[in-house]
Amino acid sequence: MPNKIDILDLYFMDARYKLIDIAAFLDRVDRHDGETDFRHAGFLNALDAMLNPGDQPRAKAVLDSLSDHSTEPAENAQIQFAFGAPQGGSR
Amino acid sequence: MRYIEPHAHMVSRTTDDYQAIAQAGCQALCEPAFWAGYDRGSVEGFRDYFRQLTHYEPARAAKFGIPHFTWLCINPKEADDVVFGREVLAMIPEFLDRPTVLGIGEIGLNKNTRNEHTILEEHIALAMERDLPILVHTPHLEDKLKGTRLIVDAMKNAGVNPDCVIIDHVEEHTAAIALDAGFWAGMTLYPESKCTPARAIDILETFGTERIWMNSACDWGISDPLAVVKCALEMKKRQHSEDLVQKVIYDNPRTFLSQSPNFKLA
Repeated sequence: MPNKIDILDLYFMDARYKLIDIAAFLDRVDRHDGETDFRHAGFLNALDAMLNPGDQPRAKAVLDSLSDHSTEPAENAQIQFAFGAPQGGSR
Repeated sequence: MRYIEPHAHMVSRTTDDYQAIAQAGCQALCEPAFWAGYDRGSVEGFRDYFRQLTHYEPARAAKFGIPHFTWLCINPKEADDVVFGREVLAMIPEFLDRPTVLGIGEIGLNKNTRNEHTILEEHIALAMERDLPILVHTPHLEDKLKGTRLIVDAMKNAGVNPDCVIIDHVEEHTAAIALDAGFWAGMTLYPESKCTPARAIDILETFGTERIWMNSACDWGISDPLAVVKCALEMKKRQHSEDLVQKVIYDNPRTFLSQSPNFKLA
């Protein structure tokens, strides 16, 4: 199995450019006029979940943060698609 | 490289894609019924689609030496209208005796509504009545966690044998929900959503390589019909053995799919 340096060799540059892309995305939102919606708050919460995942893996913590945690089936659907963050706010 | 593509929507792909898949070593391809990108206007629209899946696509794939199999259902995105869903469900048995039909799929939930849930339960009942395996679509993005839990509960309530069910599109937060309940799990390799190859391999390393497969689910959206073989190459970069790669991309799907009497490899 690969060691930590092998994993860095394989994925560091890929993760680096994605990290900068995220920073630039947040700058872009900040720079433009208007108000954000629940997706921006959900994204920021997910970043916090990534940095502070508790005792679970970071990817799972991010996905959980961006998930609807209600348990009962919805009475109806207003849309067919998904936004990527829960409209009721992330956990 | 020898592999099985267990989930691809070839009605949306070009013949060039069949050629590329064949050249990459695909030994069999399975196509679940899905949403076409728009809602069909009538039951007859589904009848035409099922004829396409059971007559035309197997012939198109055969030109490239690929056995083509299919799963039938009304997909959850069009299942929120219960009356319409039941009309389509009533028509499905007309096609279940076609020689390339594997089972019922990809059924599941989309926005996790009560109506979708009702049609899901009726699909499960049809599969159990005909003793057919089930391929499950789990919802997208923020709806996946809740939907996966509801689907697993529906399967348990119906008393389905979990050996005969694959819960597809799992990610890091849903893989354990499927596997711990005894179901099979599928990972979908998409460039922009679901799993990247690197994350799919992380899931294999975390949850093991039993009862799990990976697929491209290539369709009309941004997707890659060669995603499975690209992920296999990524597994080799991660120093996984040739035997393990073959287990995930060939042996595991063959084992699950062989539960359907119609699944036969050349």
